[in-house]
Amino acid sequence: MSFVSQFKAQAQVMAGDLRHRKIIRTALRNYEIVRDVRKASFQDWQGARQLAAETKWQAVNHLDKHLEQFAAKLESRGTKVHWASTAEQAREIVLKIVSDKQAKSVIKSKAMTSEEIHLNDALEHAGLNVVESDLGELIVQLRKEAPYHIVFPSMHLTRDEISELFQRELGSAATNDPEELTMIARRALRKKYLTADIGITGANFAIAETGMISITENEGNARLTAALPKTMISLIGIEKVLPRMEDLALFLPMLATMGTGQQLTCYNTLYSGPRQPGETDGPEEWHVVLLDNHRTELLADAEQRDALHCIRCGACLNVCPIFRNVGGHTYGTTYSGPIGSVITPHLRGLQDWKHLSSASSLCGACTETCPVKIDLHHHLLQNRRNAAEQKPSFGEKTAFKLFAFAANRPALWNFGKKMARIFQPLQGAVQGSALDPAKAWTKTRDLPPLAQESFKDWWRNRK
Amino acid sequence: MTVTLFIPCFVDALFPRAGISMVQILERLGHKVAFPEAITCCGQPPFNSGYWDEARTVAAKVLPQLANAEAVVIGSGSCGAMLKVFYPQLFENTPQATLAKQISARTWEFSDFLVSKLGVTDLGAKFPHKVTFHDGCHGLRELGLKKSPRALLGKVSGLELVEMGEAETCCGFGGTFATKFPMISTAMGEVKCASATETSAEYIVSNDSSCLMHIQGLLSRQGSPLKTIHLAEVLNQQ
Repeated sequence: MSFVSQFKAQAQVMAGDLRHRKIIRTALRNYEIVRDVRKASFQDWQGARQLAAETKWQAVNHLDKHLEQFAAKLESRGTKVHWASTAEQAREIVLKIVSDKQAKSVIKSKAMTSEEIHLNDALEHAGLNVVESDLGELIVQLRKEAPYHIVFPSMHLTRDEISELFQRELGSAATNDPEELTMIARRALRKKYLTADIGITGANFAIAETGMISITENEGNARLTAALPKTMISLIGIEKVLPRMEDLALFLPMLATMGTGQQLTCYNTLYSGPRQPGETDGPEEWHVVLLDNHRTELLADAEQRDALHCIRCGACLNVCPIFRNVGGHTYGTTYSGPIGSVITPHLRGLQDWKHLSSASSLCGACTETCPVKIDLHHHLLQNRRNAAEQKPSFGEKTAFKLFAFAANRPALWNFGKKMARIFQPLQGAVQGSALDPAKAWTKTRDLPPLAQESFKDWWRNRK
Repeated sequence: MTVTLFIPCFVDALFPRAGISMVQILERLGHKVAFPEAITCCGQPPFNSGYWDEARTVAAKVLPQLANAEAVVIGSGSCGAMLKVFYPQLFENTPQATLAKQISARTWEFSDFLVSKLGVTDLGAKFPHKVTFHDGCHGLRELGLKKSPRALLGKVSGLELVEMGEAETCCGFGGTFATKFPMISTAMGEVKCASATETSAEYIVSNDSSCLMHIQGLLSRQGSPLKTIHLAEVLNQQ
């Protein structure tokens, strides 16, 4: 089945799933309340957005310089930096480190880049035991499914569903107390941290000036992932760069505000290198893998380059009426929602993924909320244009050519209107059947009758 | 002044009363109304589907019709955004670029024209009903219209405006999106209708007939007593 058929089939099911609609709506209503409280605590939210967009613009438009600086700083403190052009290269780099270390088990903290390159599959295929340490990620890992949302991987599940999963997979007792569910996961994870040979993390920001990565989290699991195993690997998309340390003063509260509605997340940690002489903790080795995987192609697209500003806060997903009705898994991609619909055609091919750009009413709620001012809904429109220019659909192209032909001949257009008025009762007779030319509309909606006297008729009669 | 009306294709064919109301309101305010009959459509359907060449073919016929207009007024945030925001993009680097920009600068959505250009809010209208207002996305986010329609409704005698929780949430019409992805469009419309119903309003008012066509289509199918009406028709009730 093609990607578009899969999307349509899944969307058909999810759009009518009222239980799903209610779960997501309830979760997001709570998010909206706390998000707005935190936004209001900024002295000038729109000014903060503008500053963030400009900072990211600078970072992205001088990416080469910032990346070289970042890598040089990291290397000066003994970190091994790897450059991966493709997902395959990134997997090979990680697998090589793992095999050099003769590792048997890996503990991971949340990293969308690892989902993007399907790292867990590759590691498991190589015989490793891989455990996700973020609670939401652990839940979806145990369910053998992809994260539902960039920030809230298991938001589509109820506590009872999670309890049943834990009973089955971790042998715990039934409970729907969130604290107890968290403790069940923690007890299971604690052993894994102590025995893991390798810890794998992502990064929220890569600070070029100091050669540090910033990880923001609420569970402390990334700290344990980074601190306990002897070897640490961080897989980072090249667009995560921020020029200066002081930029975090804006970006950390901004990410927390839009991601989870917090002033700051509970743990914000900067990692600057492996254990240095005289230090008592930290990994013996740290590898940073910088991932391109088509990001430089997006960088080359002046019109949509700002999509690399994304800080993966998930705010655009949360306000998107498409996402809220079809859910994250329907997209069939690592990055869902508006940002996913914008970048997936660049990351995985325009013709295979253009349907995500069409599956939008272009309402612009995403652009309005984006903290780094990515022009999301206009990029969806540009993707549609680029797709049609590159490979027009014969049916659509013909239909719009006919449309333009008629629109430019008012007499023909008006004749068409009269014909439609005459034949509309016939449509009514076959409404809902396979013969109904308007069935895509009339299956769920009534069609208004064409007016007996159009505006144009009225205007002429009046004169 | 002479106001040139741009009547969207679906208003012409399906909802002429919205256009007629605009003519009557503007004339009562003492303005002369012009209507270029040769205009059929702004070209938005092919534009939003990515077929910009075909959109340009249609829009190129619109431009000369509006070239000498003092003010172009459109009773739709969606078609208004097409002329105001997207025509300059569509004609970028073409000989019509300047004309497209000039027309963009003179184009107004109807409610914004009354409030921001003419400085009128009280039209002496009476509409003794409880209503809720639906913000069409193009009007709200491309044109930044939020206050103008409400300022006008605020002066309608007997009218009670109750905001719905999802006033700014897309109704799910989205042009060709409504028939390309009818299941998603319908789900979005259901959310909208449920939110409007919660207000116990009698009418959903909007400045976009295209959204209302979708919303009314769902409401009628559900057998809901809630009705939809264009803002201009409300303002024209004397």
